[in-house]
Amino acid sequence: MTKVTLTVNGRAMSGECDDRTLLVHFIREKLGLTGTHVGCDTTQCGACVVHLDGRSVKSCSILAVQAAGSTVTTIEGIAGQGELHPVQAAFNTHHGLQCGFCTPGMVMTAVDMIARHGGDLDEHTVRHELDGNICRCTGYHNIVKAVLAANEEMQGAARQAAE
Amino acid sequence: MGMEGIGARVARKEDKRFLTGKGRYTDDMVVPGMKFAAFVRSPHAHAKINGIDIEAARAMPGVIDVLEGRQLQADGIGNLICGWMIHSKDGTPMKMGAWRPLAIDIVRYVGDAVAIVVADSAGEARDAAEAVVVDYEELPAVTSAVAALQPGAPQIHPEAPGNLIFDWQIGDPAATDAAIAQAAHVTEIEILNNRLSPNPMEPRATLGIYDAAEDHFTCYTTSQNPHVARLVMSAFYNVAPENKLRVIAPDVGGGFGSKIYIYPEEIVCLWASKKTGVPVKWTSDRTEAFLTDAHGRDHVSKVKMAFDKDHRIIGLKVDTIANLGAYMSLFSSAVPTYLYATLLSGQYDIPAIHANVRTVYTTTVPVDAYRGAGRPEATYLLERTMEVAARELGLSPAELRRKNFIRSFPHQTPVIMNYDAGDYDASLNAALAAADWDGFAARRAEAESRGMKRGIGMSCYIEACGIAPSQAVGSLGAGVGLWESAEVRVNAVGTIEVLTGSHSHGQGHETTFAQLIADRLGVPIASVNIVHGDTDKVQMGMGTYGSRSGAVGMSAIVKALDKVEMKAKKIAAHLMEADESDIVIENGDVKVAGTDKSLPWFQVALAAYTAHNLPSGMEPGLKETAFYDPSNFTFPAGCYIAEVEIDPETGKTEIVQFVAADDFGNIINPLIVEGQVHGGLAQGIGQALLEEVRYDEQNGQLLTASYMDYAMPRADDLPSFTLSHQNTPCPGNPLGIKGCGEAGAIGSPPALINAITDAIGINHLHMPATPLKVWSALQDGQMRQAAE
Repeated sequence: MTKVTLTVNGRAMSGECDDRTLLVHFIREKLGLTGTHVGCDTTQCGACVVHLDGRSVKSCSILAVQAAGSTVTTIEGIAGQGELHPVQAAFNTHHGLQCGFCTPGMVMTAVDMIARHGGDLDEHTVRHELDGNICRCTGYHNIVKAVLAANEEMQGAARQAAE
Repeated sequence: MGMEGIGARVARKEDKRFLTGKGRYTDDMVVPGMKFAAFVRSPHAHAKINGIDIEAARAMPGVIDVLEGRQLQADGIGNLICGWMIHSKDGTPMKMGAWRPLAIDIVRYVGDAVAIVVADSAGEARDAAEAVVVDYEELPAVTSAVAALQPGAPQIHPEAPGNLIFDWQIGDPAATDAAIAQAAHVTEIEILNNRLSPNPMEPRATLGIYDAAEDHFTCYTTSQNPHVARLVMSAFYNVAPENKLRVIAPDVGGGFGSKIYIYPEEIVCLWASKKTGVPVKWTSDRTEAFLTDAHGRDHVSKVKMAFDKDHRIIGLKVDTIANLGAYMSLFSSAVPTYLYATLLSGQYDIPAIHANVRTVYTTTVPVDAYRGAGRPEATYLLERTMEVAARELGLSPAELRRKNFIRSFPHQTPVIMNYDAGDYDASLNAALAAADWDGFAARRAEAESRGMKRGIGMSCYIEACGIAPSQAVGSLGAGVGLWESAEVRVNAVGTIEVLTGSHSHGQGHETTFAQLIADRLGVPIASVNIVHGDTDKVQMGMGTYGSRSGAVGMSAIVKALDKVEMKAKKIAAHLMEADESDIVIENGDVKVAGTDKSLPWFQVALAAYTAHNLPSGMEPGLKETAFYDPSNFTFPAGCYIAEVEIDPETGKTEIVQFVAADDFGNIINPLIVEGQVHGGLAQGIGQALLEEVRYDEQNGQLLTASYMDYAMPRADDLPSFTLSHQNTPCPGNPLGIKGCGEAGAIGSPPALINAITDAIGINHLHMPATPLKVWSALQDGQMRQAAE
C-alpha cells in the first residue's frame, strides 16, 4: 500500500492504495467522488475523463501513484456549490444527456475542448474531438449542440469581460 | 398546455444530479462491511466440468469465500427461466434447457459463470478467481443457428434434440402459397440481421445485502424493472419470499433491453451475502458485459413477396431461423415470434402472410430483446424487400409503397395486430420534402463529378408499443401481465409525489410525468416528485421497455389523478358550499366556475389532512392508486430517408443527411422525444454501418469483446439529424400517445442499406456495411462489368 496525496477540486486529499490502483478507482473508492465513471476497460469510452494538471485525461489510463502530487479536477469541482458551469447548463438546456453515465466525461472533455479551441469551434471539430467519448443514448446530436452553445456563450462572456 | 404542461419543451428536472456527478448508480453504493465479488467464468464455449478446485483461491489474500454451483443447488436456488411459453406448430411446448446460475456439470458459452469469489477488494477477488482451477473437458462449439440445426451439430441441451427450441408459425400458409403461385412478380431475398451487443454505458452491477436479524434481503441492481426482478427471484429462483426481498434499481445508466432480464449475478450475490454474512457487490467490466449481457437480433431469413400485375402485394412468405444462444433468457422466446412476425404486414395492406420461425440453441451468450426487439428485424426484412421489389418492378420506392399503404383504420392484419390509427402518406410526404428527394439526381451528378458515389434510400416502418394488453399477451403465452401501476400522493402542503412502476434509465420520466401533473393541476413541476425503482416504495409495476412508460405508465397516472381530482373537488365543493359539478381546477387553484370563489390547491390538500371539515363520511387524506391495463398495442409509424456518399477508393460511407418523420401521436415533451429518436437512430445506424458481434465459428470465442473490436458509433460517425413529427393521436389511451423509444433503431437500418445499395448499384449487401464490404462489392461489380 502506498499513500497518495493529490489536490482534488482545490483541496488536498490523500488515501492509501495498492500500487496497481488506477486513478479512476482511487477517485471513486478512496476519495468517494463517484461522479467519475468507469464504462470500459480499454481506455475507449471516456466516462472517466478528469482534468489532470489542467489537461483532460482518461483517469483509467494512469495509476493513482503516478498522479501523486498532481492537481485533479473532477466533475464535482468545475462549478461552485449549487451552480452549473456554462457547459453543464448547456447540456441541460439542449438535452445533451439521457442516462447520465457518460455525461461527466463528456462535460470534462467539452470544457477542455472549449478552452483549447476558443472561438474556432465548429461542428466538425466538436465531433472529431468527441471521438474518445462514447455515448449510447443521445446519438451525440444534442451533445454537439450543447458544446457549441456553451462555447458561444463562453466566448460572448469573454468578449464582454474584455470590453 | 401551459409553460410546463403537456407539449412543453421543458428542460429535464433530473439533469442537475447527473451533470454535477451526483447521480447514484449501483456501483456508487457503499454500505458498511461491503465486500467485492468476482465470477469465475468459462474460457470455453462448450465443455464438461470434471472438477473444481477452490483451495488455492481460498488461501489467497483478502478472500472471504469461494462458492460453487453445487452449494447453490443444495440451498434450493432455482434455475433461470424463460417467462414466455411458445408452442411449436405441432402443439408441443418449447424445449427449455436448464440454466443454472452457476454451472455445475457443463458450460455452454464463453463467460458462463462457474463460481463466485468474495474478497476484501475487487482486485483481490479477481486475483483469486484466476486461482480457481476448473478441470474442463472441451466439447465442440457451434455459434451460428443455421449450423446448429445441421445433422451432427454439437448437441447443447438434452431437452432440445437437434438444438431446436421451437418451430412456430403464424398466418395462413395455404393462402400465402396460393398468392405466390398466382403472382405477376415475386421478389425473393435472403436477409441476415446482424447480432448486436446493447452496450448501455453503465455496465451491469449488483449489491446483495442479507440482514440476518430480519432474515431479509436487499438487492441494488441495474434493472429496467425491479419489481419483475423481485417477482421472478422470489417465485422462480427461490432467493427469498417477496416480503423478504427488496429490489432497488437506483439511477441506471441505460438499458436498451439488456437490463430487463434477471441474470445469474443478482441471484448469486444475494445468496452469497447470506452465505458469507457480508454485503456482496459485483460490477461488470466491459469485457464481461460483452461476454454476458444478452445480445440482440441474429436472424437469418428467406423472404418471398408476391405482387399482382398492378404492383399490389398479394402475399408474403417468411422463413426465419433465430439464434437464442446457450440458454433461454427471460423474454427470449417472445422476441422472434410475437414481437417480430406480428409486424410483418408493415404499413401495407397484405392479404396473406405466413411466417415460420425456428429458434435454436448455440454455444453463445443468450439472445433477448434489444432496442425494438423483433420489430427492427421485421422492418429491416420488409423494407429491404420493398426496395428490391421497387427496383425489379421499375417503380420509385415511394410509388411502390404508396400503392400498398393501409389507408383505412382500424385495420386488421393477417398476423394478429389491429392497427388503430395512422397516416402513412403524411410521414412519407414530410420525409420526401425534408430530404428534397426530387433534387437528388442533381446532387448525385455533382457527387459523381467529384468521383464519389451517392445514394438515397427510404424505409417506412411501423412498430407496436405500449406493451401490452395483459389478457392478449397471456393468451399468447406471456407469464406476466403487462399493465402498469401508479399512486398519486398529495401532501398536506399541496406538493405531490407520484409513485410509478415504470423505471427511468435515461428516458426522463421525472420531467415528463411531472408535466402531466402540471398540466392537470396547474402546479409547478418543481412541486412534483416522481418516485420509482424501489419495491419498498412502489408496491408493484412492470418496468420500462417496449416504449410502454408513456402509453401505459402515464395512463395509470391519469387514472389515479382522476380519482384525486374527484376527491379534491368534493372537498372544495364542501368548503365553498358549491355544487361538485361546478368545481374546476385551473392554474393551481380550485374554483367554482363562473364565480370568484376559489381556494389555492394547497388549502384543499391541507383540508383533506386536517379533516376538520370534510364532507360527511369522507375518509381523510388525498392519495389514490390505479392500475391501468391497455386495451391494445399502440402503433408508432414513420418514414426515414438516408442519403449517403461513398468513396469508391476506400468503401467508406458518409451519411450526408438523415431525415426522420415520425408519428408518435401526442407528444408530452418534444425535447425529450427528439432525444429518444436521435439515440435510436444512432443505434440503428450503428447496426447498419458498424456493429456486429462475431464469434469464432471453430472454437466459439467471442472476437468482439471490447470497444477495440466492437465498433460503437462515435460522434464523428454520425450526422446531425433532421426530424419532424406527424400526429394521428392514439385512440387507445387517455393521452393519445404511442411511444417513441425504439422507432429510430427500427426504421434506420433499412433506409441506410437501401441508400448504400442505391449508391453502388447492387440489390443487396448484408449489414454492417463496413468499408471493406462496400469496397469489395464495388470491386465485384467492376469485375462483373469487365467480364460482360
